[in-house]
Amino acid sequence: MAKIQINGKKVSIENRASVFDILKKYKLNSTKVAIELNGIIVPRSLQKKKKLKNNDKIEVVQFIGGG
Amino acid sequence: MKKDKFKIDNINLKSRLIVGTGKYKNLSETAKAVKASGANMVTVAVRRVNVLDKKKPLLMDYINPKKIHYLPNTAGCFNSKDALRTLRLAREMGGWKMVKLEILGDKKTLYPDMIETIKSTKVLVKEGFKVLVYCTDDPLQAKKLEDNGASAIMPLAAPIGSGLGIHNKLNISLIIKQSKIPVIIDAGIGTASDATIAMEMGCDGVLINSAIAMSKNPILMAEAFKNAVIAGRESFLAGRMKKNSFAVASSPKKGVIS
Repeated sequence: MAKIQINGKKVSIENRASVFDILKKYKLNSTKVAIELNGIIVPRSLQKKKKLKNNDKIEVVQFIGGG
Repeated sequence: MKKDKFKIDNINLKSRLIVGTGKYKNLSETAKAVKASGANMVTVAVRRVNVLDKKKPLLMDYINPKKIHYLPNTAGCFNSKDALRTLRLAREMGGWKMVKLEILGDKKTLYPDMIETIKSTKVLVKEGFKVLVYCTDDPLQAKKLEDNGASAIMPLAAPIGSGLGIHNKLNISLIIKQSKIPVIIDAGIGTASDATIAMEMGCDGVLINSAIAMSKNPILMAEAFKNAVIAGRESFLAGRMKKNSFAVASSPKKGVIS
């Protein structure tokens, strides 16, 4: 298991899980969110390739109502 | 009359009313109000997903980004770094380059920080963004934004969410006169007639959120704003009559019975 942070929350994930695996785990539609890994945007095309390791920090954002 | 077109950069808009999607009771009300407003561009915010919430109602499920242009904003950003980060994420999410830049300088007034705003505009334009910029009603700052490649100038009428209407008509009219890019009043409009006044002054559009969402009947108010913007625009194009200091009779003076 690896320990990472998603949107500031500490979670444990499978070793060598990809960014895409995390989206699946939390039932997030990859076309409706954007991902940052350790401060760098992960383009949709690289989500499957990008593997996660201990202490990684992920930000998952979406569009919400705003003015 | 030639068809009155509204274009921001390369995007043609059917309506001169842009609406915000914040502060509604729920997403269903948001969608109904947007529809009633006739707007085909809406502002949206970028926020963290609550990963633990299983239901996660999504704005995109209520307002189809294929039919309505999403204009991602940087609401809540107080510096250039956060604003740039937010808009780069927004571009990754939707693939759109048109964004609303808004960098606030003070929590109480939510007044725009123009130094950070101009700095960020330069960077975003260089990265290929089409930037609609929330700004002060200072003609000099507005000109600087235009010179630095902004796609539209969006001066405030009054502080965000205040509903006070246009407070410095002179400055707004100076900005309208000098700008070659669209001028859109953003923030501070309180009611439909404020929008009509802005349009009669010659603004290219208005951006409304609180005045619709915080009204007693947001869906009806959305329609009121739709009509107000159309009325104001037509009135501007028609050109108002001259003002007279004294009465000028409307009926002929000849043939009055005696």
